[in-house]
Amino acid sequence: MKNLDTKTSINWLKYASPKTFYPLAGKLIPWCVIGAVGLIVYGLYIGLFVAPTDFQQGEGYRIIFVHVPAAWFSMFLYLLMAMYAGLGLVLNARLSYMMATAIAPTGAMFTLVALVTGSLWGKPMWGAWWVWDARLTSELILLFLYIGYFSLQAAIDDKNRADKASAVLALVGAINVPIIYFSVKWWNTLHQGASVSLMKAPAMATVMLKGMLVMAIGFWLYSIAVILIRVRCEILERDSKAAMFNLGL
Amino acid sequence: MQWHSVNEFLAMGGYAFYVWGSFGITFGCMAFELWLLKKRSQRIAQAVKQEAF
Repeated sequence: MKNLDTKTSINWLKYASPKTFYPLAGKLIPWCVIGAVGLIVYGLYIGLFVAPTDFQQGEGYRIIFVHVPAAWFSMFLYLLMAMYAGLGLVLNARLSYMMATAIAPTGAMFTLVALVTGSLWGKPMWGAWWVWDARLTSELILLFLYIGYFSLQAAIDDKNRADKASAVLALVGAINVPIIYFSVKWWNTLHQGASVSLMKAPAMATVMLKGMLVMAIGFWLYSIAVILIRVRCEILERDSKAAMFNLGL
Repeated sequence: MQWHSVNEFLAMGGYAFYVWGSFGITFGCMAFELWLLKKRSQRIAQAVKQEAF
């Protein structure tokens, strides 16, 4: 009976080792790339050709098709990074730390994109490139947290210590994410409130919502692909000698 | 379809700079990230080759 159990159950922990994860990630990447390209092209088609002109903001509102998904992923990837960093601290698993390290640059890129596209929206709509509003300020702090995360990793030579110290920073900084998300509710901000939320019906035309969601899933697949490529680089760089033998390179 | 001509599409109702700027920066940043990763993979492949011999 005991034998049967061990045979039928899948050993999930196996995938926690960089050696088994490396080829698995390699197999997933092409599918994510295909999905990302397809969905982003479809999302652009909806956003630029199908979605109607907004009655208040004219054609300028089309910026939301990149701004909103980028802003969502700037926050979501931060939480994912903090989760892997926390998992690394609890389990002392190297792959978790590598995942956290691989997520950070993509999260920072989306944060920068959200800030810049927001600024390009703010200028024609509010008349200012930047205002010190709670939503904008907390998003800027998010960018600084990402920068702090990689600076701390780069500053400590011992990889193991660098992973632990930056993981603590990532976890402490996670408190900023709910602040960004709820800032438009808690404070009287110039930034508009959420048009899409889990609690109530979306306050926008269905086709606009569809375009935004398609784009968001496209950005999600893009993020997965990029993160998997980066984690493979991380695995090879961190233990290139050991990795070469194991992978037969 | 929302547009009657290519020019109208490009003009984006007067928001051309802001709309195209946003889309350009978004996809430009993504392309730049991919390019950096490609460079990094090539560097690693080179290093792996050198270590193997």
